Amino acid sequence: MEKILITLNINDKPCEVMVYPNDTLLEVLRDELDLTGSKESCGEGVCGSCTIHMDDKPVRSCLTLAMEATGTKIKTVEGLAKGDELSSLQQSFVDHGAVQCGFCTPGMLMSADALLKINSKPDEKTVRKAIAGNICRCTGYTKIVKAVAHAGNSQDHCPDCITFSKAKE
Amino acid sequence: MSKSNSDFSVVGKRIPKLDAAQKAMGRAEYIQDIKLPGMLYGRILYSKYAHANIVKIDTSKAVALSGVHAVLTGEDVPEKMKMGFIKDNPPIKKGKVCSFRDEVAAVAAISPEIAKKALDLIEIEYEEQIGIFDPEKAMEKDSPLVHGHLKSNVLKMPWDIHYGDVEKAEKESAFVVEDRFTTQWVTHCCLGTSGAIALFDANDNLTIHTNTQIPSLAQKDFLESLKAMGLENKRVRVIKPIIGGGFGSKLDTYAYEHIAILLAHKCRKPVKIAFDRVEEFKATSTRQPTIIYIKQGCDKNGKLTFRDMRMVLDNGAHTSWGATTPSVMLMPISSLYRVENVKYVAKCVYTNNTYSQAMRGYGNPQATFAIESSMDMLAEKAGIDRIEIRRINRNQSGDETPQGLKITTCGLEECIDAVEKELKFDGKNEKGVGTGIASLIHVGGGARIYGSDGCGAILKMDDYGKVDVFTGGTDMGQGLDNIIAQIVAEELGLLAEDINVVHSDTDICPWDVGAHASRSTFVAGNAALGAAKKVKQKIQKFASKLFDVPAEKIEFKDKLVFVPGDQEKSMPLGKLLRKAHFSPGGTMLMAEYFYDPDNQNMGKELKGNMSMTYSFGAHGAKVKVDEETGKVEVLEYVAAHDVGRAINPLLLEGQVYGGVVMGLGYALTEEVTVKDGEIMNANFRDYKLFTAKDAVKIKAPIIETDDKDGPFGAKGIGEPGCVPTAPAIANAIYDAVGVRIKDLPITPEKVLVALKKKND
Repeated sequence: MEKILITLNINDKPCEVMVYPNDTLLEVLRDELDLTGSKESCGEGVCGSCTIHMDDKPVRSCLTLAMEATGTKIKTVEGLAKGDELSSLQQSFVDHGAVQCGFCTPGMLMSADALLKINSKPDEKTVRKAIAGNICRCTGYTKIVKAVAHAGNSQDHCPDCITFSKAKE
Repeated sequence: MSKSNSDFSVVGKRIPKLDAAQKAMGRAEYIQDIKLPGMLYGRILYSKYAHANIVKIDTSKAVALSGVHAVLTGEDVPEKMKMGFIKDNPPIKKGKVCSFRDEVAAVAAISPEIAKKALDLIEIEYEEQIGIFDPEKAMEKDSPLVHGHLKSNVLKMPWDIHYGDVEKAEKESAFVVEDRFTTQWVTHCCLGTSGAIALFDANDNLTIHTNTQIPSLAQKDFLESLKAMGLENKRVRVIKPIIGGGFGSKLDTYAYEHIAILLAHKCRKPVKIAFDRVEEFKATSTRQPTIIYIKQGCDKNGKLTFRDMRMVLDNGAHTSWGATTPSVMLMPISSLYRVENVKYVAKCVYTNNTYSQAMRGYGNPQATFAIESSMDMLAEKAGIDRIEIRRINRNQSGDETPQGLKITTCGLEECIDAVEKELKFDGKNEKGVGTGIASLIHVGGGARIYGSDGCGAILKMDDYGKVDVFTGGTDMGQGLDNIIAQIVAEELGLLAEDINVVHSDTDICPWDVGAHASRSTFVAGNAALGAAKKVKQKIQKFASKLFDVPAEKIEFKDKLVFVPGDQEKSMPLGKLLRKAHFSPGGTMLMAEYFYDPDNQNMGKELKGNMSMTYSFGAHGAKVKVDEETGKVEVLEYVAAHDVGRAINPLLLEGQVYGGVVMGLGYALTEEVTVKDGEIMNANFRDYKLFTAKDAVKIKAPIIETDDKDGPFGAKGIGEPGCVPTAPAIANAIYDAVGVRIKDLPITPEKVLVALKKKND
């Protein structure tokens, strides 16, 4: 098997990379492009830690071949923030205590971000469904669900949204 | 008078985890993300049999493969290199394998793919032996032996305890219940899998980056390995990168760490071993499975008279901390509720199964499942309300339990009240719906299971009013970094963000026994507080000369050092530090403190106050049971905990929520299924973890009892969340449909079988 040169569009930047035809997108992101934000936890598409966006849709990068990603717009967790300014979803994760060990966080963010793109004010049930393919062992999901539901829509009765809003003023 | 949260400016605040932004940006570096120059990739070959002799190993093809730097077998492991607290487990086995997870060879190669290919080229001839997989059968006299050189499969362990007079108390009891319960193998399922990178310098000093919860004890283990390798008087530096979850899984050192050391030494290059998910399931340890016999009784008023428990623990083929979990099981057995007469016998038995380790709760979830299921059965037999029987027997502040545990503060009653406030326990639910309650006691002020239960802290002030704290404690996502920052900031009148917490590097940080037993907030917190108080005194002394007032008049707030009521005598902390530094005969302000709690090791009589304080809690569950399918749906869940003081309620809730959902998995879905020693479901499809869709919103009332020994009154809360979950669910299922499931997990199949039996 020989390596092939492909061009991927990642986080709005074109990048050329040599890949084997059977390399997964996750392997290429992590090992070739040093984008280690996307995590491998199960390697078979069950846990969601490797979730990225392909043309704005959440995709398991461990089940996607790098070759399949040519001609699409790839976004990884590294592309969510603008420089050092967190996106409102990332900030909401921080403020609501949705991050503990952090290993599931990148994939969780990407699944949630994809949901918010099509539904900016999801209810709890919708959020739970959207992230049902992302396993978290630390948080019991409660704070993650809250963080997604409250992202960009601060809720008056939420102590963490209040803290957040005050800090922003 | 005890302080209230309004007396504090940083303690008690919901301050987001200090490393959360870094993690949310994908910038946190886990072992998987670390590459060192020239690094090789190690991989381990495991046994094909549960029990077999190794007749022949041929590694020549693997050695010849291009890109392979080293191949090891049991022959290459020094005789004295062994793991586990009774040192019965060499990192690669020689001559004989006793379980499927036994390591038989290892390689280091220039890529993970080549390493994998090399393993496929190793040829091993085995001679299969009869395996023994049932611990009760393994105890029988004529059972085959797991380790031929031992006379019995039963480990020599001290767990035979009798407080008071159980026989007499039983005779005098008005009501007695007796039953058998079992708990299954479950595993931690850290999202970040295990891994280590070992490297030697030119003088044979070792640096190892590894996923551990015990940097200092791991250092000791690795020093012993080096000694076994003939490398005496060397240095070992243990660096723990950010880890993707711990939950007890990293409380012992593992074969892969010692193998990485051997390979790195042989190759003179950094060697990384990182597990994939299948390996994580098969080659890391489980929670200790148990067979539990319980008998307990009460008088006619519902007051507990005695508790008699006997357990058989499947030790697996080798010994890790799983075999010591009875020391913690003893705590709920002797001390959950007031009970004077207690008997407890536990036997750990070698089998050809996987071996167990520490997992969140350290034996407590197993024991509490039996005790709290049995409490409901006793209440029913005695005709007493299930909440009432718990109130009658509740622990109270000032109690000393038969084991010698000194209950300094106890909020159990308030926890029970909080659960009763949220859920109905009048038995008047709709058909198929029921509620259950279960309580817990756990160590909340350290746990002395080792020569020292201590933790050190070094505190260094810079020239700008900021602080570096070097703690022995380990953050693994639970938020110890915040707790330390908030404690130090409170003491010095600073903000949490002014405090940089450095941890998990044995070259820099002082000693600590490890992140276990819910001890870090209490012990590492007290160590940091001690150091902060010392540095504060130094600053006061300096300022007292500057302001010409007695030192004790000087206070700290909002980054200022000042004398209250005297506006002239006030200075920003940073300015004062610079004055101290750059004056003639200048000084840097630093302090160190080692806190070792005044708790006790259990003596020969197996008595002793193992913790400075105890955490209490009560959980309530409301479930719906589908009588057609047997499926249990959790509708509501309340987890009330006596936490002493919440240093950070935001993170504390996270510990409770996470613990509860882990407990719900234990109760309902999680099981490592093992067939003749082989794990059959080593993946996330077949090992059923709760997802966001299965999990339920949890209410977590926080009860603050302001413990006198805790830092700002705090107790530990890392483990309690998963302790009483399974019995709360089992009791709710009984309330809902009248069947008592005594074997975890409570799967739909078990519920259906029980329903059928009940209706027939």
